[in-house]
Amino acid sequence: MSKSAFSRRGVLKSGALAGTGLALPTIFTASSAAAFTNDPTGSSVTLGFNVPQTGPYADEGADELRAYQLAVEHLNGGGDGGMMNTFSSKELQGNGILGKKVEFVTGDTQTKSDAARASAKSMIEKDGAVMITGGSSSGVAIAVQGLCQEAGVIFMAGLTHSNDTTGKDKKANGFRHFFNGYMSGAALAPVLKNLYGTDRNAYHLTADYTWGWTQEESIAAATEALGWNTVNKVRTPLAATDFSSYIAPVLNSGADVLVLNHYGGNMVNSLTNAVQFGLREKVVNGKNFEIVVPLYSRLMAKGAGANVKGIHGSTNWHWSLQDEGSQAFVRSFGTKYGFPPSQAAHTVYCQTLLYADAVQRAGSFNPCAVVEALEDYEFDGLGNGKTLYRGEDHQCFKDVLVVRGKENPTSEFDLLEVVEVTPAAQVTYPADHPMFAGGALGSCNSGA
Amino acid sequence: MFGLDNKDTRMLLVVAVLTLCAPFILNPFPTDSAMAQFNAGYPDLMQRFVIFGIFAIGFNILFGLTGYLSFGHAAFLGVGSYSAVWMFKLLSMNVIPAILLAVVISGLFALLIGFVSLRRSGIYFSILTLAFAQMSFNLAYSVLTPITNGETGLQLTLDDPRILGVSATADGSIPVTSLFGLEMRSTFEMVVGPWAFQFNAGYYLAAFILLAAFYLSIRIFRSPFGMMLRAVKSNQQRMNYTGLNTKPYTLAAFVISGMYAGLAGGLMASMDPLAGAERMQWTASGEVVLMTILGGAGTLIGPVLGAGFIKYFENIFSKINDNVLHGWFSFMPDGLENFVVFVIHPFIGKGWHLTLGILFMLVVVFLPGGLVEGGQRIAKWVKGRKNKDDATPATKTPAE
Repeated sequence: MSKSAFSRRGVLKSGALAGTGLALPTIFTASSAAAFTNDPTGSSVTLGFNVPQTGPYADEGADELRAYQLAVEHLNGGGDGGMMNTFSSKELQGNGILGKKVEFVTGDTQTKSDAARASAKSMIEKDGAVMITGGSSSGVAIAVQGLCQEAGVIFMAGLTHSNDTTGKDKKANGFRHFFNGYMSGAALAPVLKNLYGTDRNAYHLTADYTWGWTQEESIAAATEALGWNTVNKVRTPLAATDFSSYIAPVLNSGADVLVLNHYGGNMVNSLTNAVQFGLREKVVNGKNFEIVVPLYSRLMAKGAGANVKGIHGSTNWHWSLQDEGSQAFVRSFGTKYGFPPSQAAHTVYCQTLLYADAVQRAGSFNPCAVVEALEDYEFDGLGNGKTLYRGEDHQCFKDVLVVRGKENPTSEFDLLEVVEVTPAAQVTYPADHPMFAGGALGSCNSGA
Repeated sequence: MFGLDNKDTRMLLVVAVLTLCAPFILNPFPTDSAMAQFNAGYPDLMQRFVIFGIFAIGFNILFGLTGYLSFGHAAFLGVGSYSAVWMFKLLSMNVIPAILLAVVISGLFALLIGFVSLRRSGIYFSILTLAFAQMSFNLAYSVLTPITNGETGLQLTLDDPRILGVSATADGSIPVTSLFGLEMRSTFEMVVGPWAFQFNAGYYLAAFILLAAFYLSIRIFRSPFGMMLRAVKSNQQRMNYTGLNTKPYTLAAFVISGMYAGLAGGLMASMDPLAGAERMQWTASGEVVLMTILGGAGTLIGPVLGAGFIKYFENIFSKINDNVLHGWFSFMPDGLENFVVFVIHPFIGKGWHLTLGILFMLVVVFLPGGLVEGGQRIAKWVKGRKNKDDATPATKTPAE
C-alpha cells in the first residue's frame, strides 16, 4: 500500500518524540554546570535547620529554632544585628551571604538517627540546602554529620556533647562549636578539688549510651587525677524515669559524691530521686555527701526546680555572662521572644554566623573552600571569649563555664550562677588524645 | 501473564507503571511554584515509599492472611539493616551480597522468634513478638554495642577492612554503595521547562525489587498455601480438630514475612549505609501495623498505599513551618493572615502526628477496609452511575 503514513496523529506523535529528543541536551548541561552539591545559582541561598521538634529534646529543639530564625534575620539585615556587631570578623554586611538572601527550611529529627537523616536528605535533595545544622543529641549529630560528608554539604553541629562527634566519628565536612565531655571534666576537676578536697569516693550513674559513656570516662579520668577514688559506675537505661532502685545502693556503697551523667529529663528525674532519698543531708566518711551534674543546662535546672540549689556542673554558655557579645545576643533574643536564650540557642546562633562568615571570607559556597576558611580560624566576640576552630578535629576551643544552682533565684530564668570561667588553655587537649582516637577526618567532599 | 489471571495481571501492571513513573507522578508542581512544597519526587522519599511498601507487603502476608498480629516486625527490619551494613564493612560495597545476607539472617531470626511466639495466638502472640522486639532493641541500643555501635548507629568508617574493595577511595572518602559499579546515589536530573524530575539508580533498584516482591505476594495470596493461611484466619480451631497441624503453615508465613522485612532493611542500608537501633523500636513496629490497616489489611495493594501515605506525611507535612504558611497566605490582609496561620499551625511542622492521627481515625471510622475500600467505593460509584445511565432506558422499556 502506498497510502501515506502522514496522518495528523502520526505527525503529532513524531513531533512529540522529536521534542523530547531536543530537550535531552539541556539535561546534561543542567547537571554538569554545578561545581558542587546545591551550588546556589539564584538570588538566594537555602540553609537546612534540622532540630528535634518532637521527642525528649523538643524543648531544646524549639529554642534552637528560635535562634536560627534570629540568625537568619540578622544575616539578612533585619533586627539589631545581635552578635554580628560584636563578632571579631567584620565581613558580614547584613545583606545575606555573598549578597544572596538567606532562606531556610526546617525539619524534625524526632531525636532518631533515621528520621534525622531522612529529613536532612530531603533538605539536600529537594530543597537544595547547601548547609545542614542542628541536633540535640550526639547520636543524631553523628549520623547527620556522616550523611553530609557523603552528600558533599557542610554540617554545623548544634548541641552535641559526646567526645565522639569530633573524636572517633569526626568528619571533614562537620564542625562543632559546642564543648564536649572531656572539657567538662577538665573544667570541673579544679573546682571540685577546691570545694570537696582530694580524698573523695565517687559513684557514677550513667545514661547507657555513647554520650553517657564518653562523659563518664572523661569525668572519672579527671577526678581520679585529683586523687579521687571511683567506687562504682552504674549504667541506667535511657528510657528510665524512676531511678530509686539505682539510688538506694549508693547509700551503702561508702561513696560520698554522686556523679549524674544524665541529660534532659533523665537528669531531672535522677536528681529528684537522689534528693528525695536524703542524699544531700547525709554525712559519709565524715564529709557532706555531694552531687555533681557534669552537663548542666538552664532548661534542665528549670525541670528539677529547687533540687538544683548548690549543685555544680559545667555549661557551654550562660545568658548572665557580662561580655559584649553575650549581652548583645541576650538583648536581641529577649526583644524578639521575651525570655533569655538557652545554651543550645547560643551555640546554633554562633554556628550559623560562623558558617556565613566563612563563606564570605572564602568568597564561595563550595564546601571545600568553607572547610579551609574555618580550619584553624581564630575569632572573638561570640560570647565565649577568644575561640579557635582547630583544624585537626574541627572542634572549637574556648572557655568553659562551671556553674552552680542558685540558692535564691530572682526569676524563673535566673537559676544558675557562674562559679568559674575555666580558660580555654586548661581544657585543650592534643588531637590524638586517647579519648578521641580511632577516627579520621578524611578529606572534604564537595559532591562534585 | 506470569501465571496470573487477568485481574491480577492488570494490578501488577498498574503497580509497575506507578513505581516506574513515580518521578513524574510525585512531582506534579513546577520547582519554583509555591506548591513545590508538596512534591515528593526526590530520591530519598521515593526510596522510602518503595522500601516501606515492601515491608508492609511482607507484614500483610502474615497479618492479612493468617490474622496473626505481630507487634515486633521492626526487629527483622533492624536485623536486616545491621547485616547489610556489616556486609558493606567487611565484604564489599556491592549491594547484592548485603541484601542477600540481610534476607537470610532476618529469616533465621524470624524462625527463632516465630518458633517461640507461635506457640500462642491472639493477643498473647502479639505481646510475645512485642517483647522480643523490645528485647532486640535494648540489646542493640546498649549491650551489643560492639556489634551495633549503640545509640550512634552502625556506620561505615574510613578503616573498614573491606575484603573485596578498598577501605577508602583515592581522595580519602568512604566508598559508596553500588550495584556492580552503578552507584546507588547517582541521580539523573531531567529538566523539562519549569519541572525537574530526578531519576535515581537506587530508587529503580528498589522499585524493581518491590515489583518482584509484589508479584511473589500475589502468587502466595492465590496459592493453596495462601488458602491454608486464610483458613487459619477464619477458624484455626476447626482446622486443628480436623487433624491438621497449622503450625508449619503459620511458621512459614511468619518467616516469609520476616524475610520481607529483612529485605526492606537491607535495601534501606543499601540506599544509606547506616543502621540505627531505633529502627527496631516498638514505634517502628507499630508504624507498619498502621500502614497495613490504613491501606487495607488483607488486600494486595493496600499496604503499599498505606506505607506511601504515612511516609508522605512524615516527610512533607513535618517540613511545613510558619514561614512557609505566611508565604502562602501573604495575599490576605495582615490580621486574617495571622489568624489563618494560627489556626493551621498545630497541624503542620511538629504537629504532623496530629494530622496523621486525625486522618487515620477518619479512615478507620468511615472506611474500615482502608484506602482500598475508598478506591472501591469510588469505582462502584462511577460504575453505578454508568449502569444507571445504561439501565434507565432498559427499565423504561417494559413500562411502555
